[in-house]
Amino acid sequence: MRKRKFGLVLSSVLAAGAILGACGAKDEEPEKEKDDVSKGDTPTEEAFSIAMVTDVGGIDDKSFNQSAWEGVQAYGKEHNLTEGDGGFAYLQSKDHSDYDPNLNALLRRDFNLVFGVGFMMADAIEAIALDNPEAKFALIDAEAKADNVVSVLFKEQEGAFLAGVAAAKMSQSGKIGFVGGVDIPVINRFHAGFVEGAKAVNPDIEIQVKYTGAFDKADLGKITANSMYSSGVDVIFHAAGGTGNGVFSEAKERKKKDPNANVWVIGVDADQYEEGKIDDTTNITLTSMLKGVNAAVVDISNKAKNGEFPGGTTITYGLAEDGVKLADSRGAIPEDVQAVIDEYKTKIVSGEIVVPEKVEK
Amino acid sequence: MSNRVINILVPIVSIIIGLIVGAIVMLVSGYDPVQGYLALWTGIFGDSYSIGNTIRQITPYILAGLAVAFAFRTGLFNIGVEGQLIIGWLAAAWVGYAFELPKIIHLPLALLAAAVAGAFWAFIAGFLKAKFKVHEVIATIMLNYTALYIANAVIKSLSDGGFKTERIQETASLRSPFLRELTDNSSLHYGIIVALIMVAVMWFILEKTPRGYELKAVGFNQHAAEYAGMSVNKNIILAMTISGMFAGLAGAMEALGTFQNAAIQAGFTGIGFDGIAVALLGANTPLGVIFGATLFGSLKYGALNMPNAAGIPEEIVSIIIALIIFFVASGYIIRVGLQKLSKKKEGQ
Repeated sequence: MRKRKFGLVLSSVLAAGAILGACGAKDEEPEKEKDDVSKGDTPTEEAFSIAMVTDVGGIDDKSFNQSAWEGVQAYGKEHNLTEGDGGFAYLQSKDHSDYDPNLNALLRRDFNLVFGVGFMMADAIEAIALDNPEAKFALIDAEAKADNVVSVLFKEQEGAFLAGVAAAKMSQSGKIGFVGGVDIPVINRFHAGFVEGAKAVNPDIEIQVKYTGAFDKADLGKITANSMYSSGVDVIFHAAGGTGNGVFSEAKERKKKDPNANVWVIGVDADQYEEGKIDDTTNITLTSMLKGVNAAVVDISNKAKNGEFPGGTTITYGLAEDGVKLADSRGAIPEDVQAVIDEYKTKIVSGEIVVPEKVEK
Repeated sequence: MSNRVINILVPIVSIIIGLIVGAIVMLVSGYDPVQGYLALWTGIFGDSYSIGNTIRQITPYILAGLAVAFAFRTGLFNIGVEGQLIIGWLAAAWVGYAFELPKIIHLPLALLAAAVAGAFWAFIAGFLKAKFKVHEVIATIMLNYTALYIANAVIKSLSDGGFKTERIQETASLRSPFLRELTDNSSLHYGIIVALIMVAVMWFILEKTPRGYELKAVGFNQHAAEYAGMSVNKNIILAMTISGMFAGLAGAMEALGTFQNAAIQAGFTGIGFDGIAVALLGANTPLGVIFGATLFGSLKYGALNMPNAAGIPEEIVSIIIALIIFFVASGYIIRVGLQKLSKKKEGQ
């Protein structure tokens, strides 16, 4: 009896498996047909498909990864691609161990160019690029030594310099703050530029600096911003991805409580104007230091599509190349301050001022 | 239904219920559950690459599960596996790159260093418990943070302000070109063998040695054990130390196998905490831990393929995976249900 019952269970499990399997097979067939149809629509040229792997921030970090994803989408729109195989796609990494499987997964789906977004991904990209010499990769924010990887760097220090000028000019208390993510060279460049810029217009300014050690912990950003604002800081520049969202929420809370408070945040990577919005007339985003990740993604994708993939090289985008700049402040920065900012911008572009990449200790 | 049948049925029914509830979540949020589960399945077993990476993911889970299970068996709750793992990771990575030795010495030395480091970290908690009655849960939780930030500081100073140590020497690596070729360049490494040996070691210590008998006796009833002439304090320290050794080795898997270095971590890896669930799923037995680790590791790795192949967002995937584990963990409810069902039938 017992045995028979066990057999029944076993066979029903197997049957369920078979049914599931059958469903799967059915689902695959129409998809193939679909593919054929879409190929029939565009017989002129084979689509050059691109995909990206995010860092731990995720594509909705309102900053670095999101900017890259916007670039991927913009490229897709430009060339009438759809999201999915043969078009464009992204995969998110939850921690370091996901980089490798995610990059490989996209390779297996035959994307022509795969972007790795973020400094931490350098090792994974380099290893996979060496394993797959035919594939094409682009690495943003770090350099990889492989002939089939193009490395993209930004002169964050130049944009951050202007943010520093703006912060120092707008501060009434003479105290400004910098909230960084992980203590790595990229963020050090933001830090160094910000300090240089602020000191250039006000040598006596007090600059509080805090690295939170994470790009995805908004709560840490909020605590850090709280202690900075409480000690009299009135402008904070954050270069901390998702962690920086906490800086915005702290600033907004303060502004809501006291509408006359001089509280500002300078956003990073993307235009974070929306992040600082309290109501139609109040916004605590002073400006944002734009990092043209999206433009770089489109630029490199198009180059690769046209057969000019700059593999093995490093491309650097600075103020002169419009790779970094300050966002429209929508009136938050008065004209006289804007004039000073523009003046420094010209000096940096012409090479009169060279902004250091590292903070002098 | 006999107990044996129920024992086999419980995990199967729990997994099926978990899958069904997960499917409902996918349906409600507008995704195709069949596609989703197929993606999960191929993510785990789809090709040699996936299988290789799944095994790689299972490896540290086995060791973390052993660490927790061993402590549980002796009546201790080692919630500090995470910290012991991080310290072991660091130690293995350091020995891995700082020395130049032939492989036959270097690799065992690096593994040993991780085991000793993890054991030491757990020893602290064991010692405090034995001598000063500091509860091991508090001590190990605090030691987790201590381990995380000490490791970060050490990595930073070892690498002159960088965020990761140098890559370990080839002679200390658990990876092999053979396994990579076999599994289409996955990051599978020989660590799984180390993990399986440790499963045998735990079984041997607990079941075949007088010391293991003592450890279990202390776990069952401290006072009775003491009355029988066993030294409770000595056994507490020993149990924590052995538990920490397993945890340290789990760290070595990451250092010598998966990552080949130690990098600054913004937060915990989670492996140590998942180890608690792995141990509980496996009823704290060495073989059960293999089952629990396989389930956890497969789901965790396979889940990566759900956004990739079926376009289901990360967040939904996390919910589904958590549901499956939830139902497996609440096997007791299903057990009671099954028993009632069979009683009813017998009554008729």
